[in-house]
Amino acid sequence: MTTTESAQNTNEGIIASEPNHEGYREYTLGHFHFRRDEYFAYVTWPTGDHTLSIDDFLRAMQRDVAWDFFYGTVNFDAVVGTINHYGTVDLFAGTFNEIYRKAERDYLENFESSVIRETFKAMLDDWTIDGFDPFASPAETDKPFGVKAGSNTEAVTRRRVAAHRMVGVPGDEQIRTDATHPINRMFADVAQDEPEVHAEPGFEDRVVAFNLFAYLSRSNVTWNPSVVSVCKDSLYCPTTEEYILPIIHGNDRVEWFVQLSDEIRWVVEDRETGVLRSKVTMRAGDVAAMPGDIRHQGYSPKRSMLLVWENASSELPELIRTGKAPVYPVEF
Amino acid sequence: MSVYTTKFGSLNDFTKGDIDVIDLVNDNPKHYAFSNVFEVASKSRPWEKVAVGKNMEYVLEAIRAEGTSEWRTCAHDEFPLCMDGEVTVELVQPDEAHVAADKSGSVAIDGDPAGQPMGRITLRRGHMALLPANAAYRFHADQPSVILLQTILGDDTVERWADICLR
Repeated sequence: MTTTESAQNTNEGIIASEPNHEGYREYTLGHFHFRRDEYFAYVTWPTGDHTLSIDDFLRAMQRDVAWDFFYGTVNFDAVVGTINHYGTVDLFAGTFNEIYRKAERDYLENFESSVIRETFKAMLDDWTIDGFDPFASPAETDKPFGVKAGSNTEAVTRRRVAAHRMVGVPGDEQIRTDATHPINRMFADVAQDEPEVHAEPGFEDRVVAFNLFAYLSRSNVTWNPSVVSVCKDSLYCPTTEEYILPIIHGNDRVEWFVQLSDEIRWVVEDRETGVLRSKVTMRAGDVAAMPGDIRHQGYSPKRSMLLVWENASSELPELIRTGKAPVYPVEF
Repeated sequence: MSVYTTKFGSLNDFTKGDIDVIDLVNDNPKHYAFSNVFEVASKSRPWEKVAVGKNMEYVLEAIRAEGTSEWRTCAHDEFPLCMDGEVTVELVQPDEAHVAADKSGSVAIDGDPAGQPMGRITLRRGHMALLPANAAYRFHADQPSVILLQTILGDDTVERWADICLR
């Protein structure tokens, strides 16, 4: 590979090659190297290498970029992923894989968030071809395979929806309509009526309501929590889920799920080793916590509505790490 | 073309999921505090605020809405989501504060609050409202309904995890 720093990207610290045989750039981040061909992404580091389906890789990369590395660990699969330290990010290989660790083949490198963010954004944009949308369900997008053929920048740079108070409040995120968000094929039966709101003059900005289920029925992405209401650090982050969560999320705090519709099956593993702990099946109305010491991946056979409830306090990871806050939600 | 049916729950029709613990040494169903809002509401008294989620000071409360609630107020925003039935919310801007600015969770108001009517909202399944900080509010439901409330642990939050969670 001929490694060059792209002139236009030098300021962001991106190290990218000229397009390779398949038309894609290769990227170097510290001692990690990333390459794709028609079917696979190849990740190498000083003590090993790993191959992922490009489909899986781009779906995981899309979430990591869009969520700005999220809360805790984003495992692309059982080997590669990132850990968010909220200012810096670890890129790792084998760190949460017992066999890699025993063989001393695991590797981890820390980067300023801005450096890894810009490199990942550039890689995601370059490696996503025309017609493929990493946020869409597999049934609603073209395939990511083949040689470089166009791009889909609009899809991979979606603005993340984050209400400051509540969707529908004047000046905040607004409800979705046919003009921009048609109802998803799997939610065609979801009622679209809006609440009856009668605000007295002068109180129009405080007497507010919206149809959350209709709002979610119009989501054009999957496995992408977005904030709809904010009570201090308590964030309602509902999302619509179909097929498989493209990452395995390792918690650095307790996270709660409320299944609003249909069913999701969660596979819960030990965060550090990946050893299976439990399988959790959630149906409409079920509420469950994901403890602070696990990682989880969901399977949704039909598009479903999931309310992810987060405590966004920046103090929580350290409190849990030092044992000052419990990894389990309640004692009883 | 396939026709899909979206499955929501209700007081009269819910099917609770489950937990299959594989690692019996290191895991336990209690770690997940797994409950169901419809099951909880089906066993609650009207307007009882039963915590079904708790993350440090923050809670999710399952509330059985039936009849007319007392008036309440809160120093911070709260957000009711109607999970089943139909619930009307009445809002008043009180003439005087009924709750300290640093108080977490809502408090009950004795009698009817004096103040300016702000408006009224009718919520059906899936509808979510803002209960703005320092407003007085009360709910009404002609038929048993279910609210999931995003709020902070308060004096009237009921915690009975052992009764509601899978074990």
